[in-house]
Amino acid sequence: MEKFITLTAKVMPLARSNVDTDAIIPKQYLKSVQRAGFGPNLFDDWRYLDPGEPGDDHSQRRLNPDFVLNDARFAGAKILLAQENFGCGSSREHAVWALTDYGFRVVIAPSFADIFFSNSFKNGLLPIVLGHEAVDHVFAQTQADPQALVKIDLEEQTVTSQAGEVFFFEINPFRKYCLLNGLDDIGLTLRHADDIRAYEAKRRQQAPWLFANVQ
Amino acid sequence: MTAKTLYDKLWDAHVVRYEDDGTALLYIDRHLLHEVTSPQAFEGLRLAGRSPWRVDTAVAVPDHNVPTLAPQHEIADPVARLQVETLARNVSEFGITFFPIGDARQGIVHVMGPEQGATLPGMTLVCGDSHTSTHGAFGALAFGIGTSEVEHVLATQCLLQRKMKNMLINVDGVLGTGVSAKDMVLAIIGQIGTAGGTGHAIEFAGEAVRALSMEGRMTVCNMAIEAGARAGIIAPDQTTFDYLKGRPLAPQGALWEQAVKAWQALYSDADAHFDRELFIDAASIAPQVTWGTSPEMVLPVDARIPDPADLGDKVKADAARRALEYMGLRAGMAIHEIPIDKAFIGSCTNSRIEDLRAAAAVVKGRQRAAQVKLAMVVPGSGLIKQQAEAEGLDRIFREAGFEWREPGCSMCLAMNADRLEPGERCAATSNRNFEGRQGQGGRTHLVSPAMAAAAACAGHFVDVRDLI
Repeated sequence: MEKFITLTAKVMPLARSNVDTDAIIPKQYLKSVQRAGFGPNLFDDWRYLDPGEPGDDHSQRRLNPDFVLNDARFAGAKILLAQENFGCGSSREHAVWALTDYGFRVVIAPSFADIFFSNSFKNGLLPIVLGHEAVDHVFAQTQADPQALVKIDLEEQTVTSQAGEVFFFEINPFRKYCLLNGLDDIGLTLRHADDIRAYEAKRRQQAPWLFANVQ
Repeated sequence: MTAKTLYDKLWDAHVVRYEDDGTALLYIDRHLLHEVTSPQAFEGLRLAGRSPWRVDTAVAVPDHNVPTLAPQHEIADPVARLQVETLARNVSEFGITFFPIGDARQGIVHVMGPEQGATLPGMTLVCGDSHTSTHGAFGALAFGIGTSEVEHVLATQCLLQRKMKNMLINVDGVLGTGVSAKDMVLAIIGQIGTAGGTGHAIEFAGEAVRALSMEGRMTVCNMAIEAGARAGIIAPDQTTFDYLKGRPLAPQGALWEQAVKAWQALYSDADAHFDRELFIDAASIAPQVTWGTSPEMVLPVDARIPDPADLGDKVKADAARRALEYMGLRAGMAIHEIPIDKAFIGSCTNSRIEDLRAAAAVVKGRQRAAQVKLAMVVPGSGLIKQQAEAEGLDRIFREAGFEWREPGCSMCLAMNADRLEPGERCAATSNRNFEGRQGQGGRTHLVSPAMAAAAACAGHFVDVRDLI
């Protein structure tokens, strides 16, 4: 996994609440057996005016000029800003893969849905929860100046706006450590293989029916 | 000893170890797999040269992409076909129990698990699907995970988790005739909102929850995720044990007796602490219909669509305005004035035998309205289909002009060929009314099976209580 330490980038403002994972990446693209290549279909239903299917040449599709992703002023933004309950709905990690494949490294919102939040950390995408006031401040700044840069410092747990306003965010220490070091969860867990075996031995005594093989 | 909630008990029994910051390594007893969220996980294992920790805990089934018209083997879409074939190849390579298309046990993963007895009280159960909360109906700690976590469970039999908070939703009293578990959970979501349970495990309790069958309890826990809660739980009781006894993967003989004894201790202690509590009177719940593009946009069938301007909060008002525009509806309209083009009875929320019986009871002696283009019934598994046919339900549906299909996820998320065309409006027994969920531009109204059947016969929403 790619490390995340600091990032200074433009912000793309998506002024919607309850952005669900069906909207982030529609179902027809979930048929892929790959992890890459979802970027062109990020927010597909909102971004294009015509319906799309896997395998289409997306450069030939009609863009929705009213959708923020197609606004040239925000091109190259690596931070997505949204309203409450971002990433609600299905558990599809494809939603995170679409965001990172497109180029986002951070999503800022007042709240996130649990599964999306957890999936983000596994892919080097940093979800940042900020209070409404802070979110509104960054929205206002971005609307006034689409070129405005925001700096994210994971070590310090801060978001700094172009105007120099600093907002602190919470993150659990273990997730922070993994992101800062680009660590793979599975490798970390397997260091505790003996603990897992010891748990299994004890559990087998207490609940032997959980260890009767499935046929 | 401190009093514990049911969630606390399930959690404590599965902690292998804690990190310094309180992140736990949680042991997973059962892992359900389907074709959409597993291929990248198996590929990850292969790339890292890792083997599964305990394949005997895994059960796999294709469901999302499966056609509902026979012959099911012939998936026309080559991309979908590859995904289903990839699952078959992966389970065969790693030696995982598998119910392929054509096997009567095949069906929606959250229907198959309980039906086979793969879901048991006291377990931790995960699946790469948000509706894994369904299995909490058995007193299991069950929640949906992403693909990286699917790989993590395959490789280590564990997950890194933070403990959630405890929320209690107590539904007392008795549900009225014609009011179902679906109406109960939609009414709850309407009250607490789609983020109301975020960060919490919700325990559903109270007289009205106890009175539900296992099918009804699964419907309620299934939609806990639509209230933002990764897990919904109901304490196991005699109803649970009676449902499970004799199922193929449930313990037998002396092990069964030992298990039931342990399961009887799975309840929240009387003075256990909940971070949030909500009390609802079942008698106050009417049949529900969603009108917008989020499950929290829901109303009793006799209500009128709200005016966004009356919603106060700007973010909410904007969302409501956008929803009405997408749904092609206007403020002030009565719910029963909304005409439908299609009806879908199925999904992991409402495709079990009891759901099909409830819909058939309404359909019997009636006909699909002429203006309703399609009314489809998709049983949750091959076994449910067989049982429904043995009871003659398929005949009732067919005679009324409904289509009787093969099992799968179908038009809940339209990954297979079943979908809405742009602008089409559907009465659906599924769980999500998001924009484009049932097909790009499609408009979804979530309802109970009886309400969907009634709308299909009337051509618009009606109060099913007037028909029974």
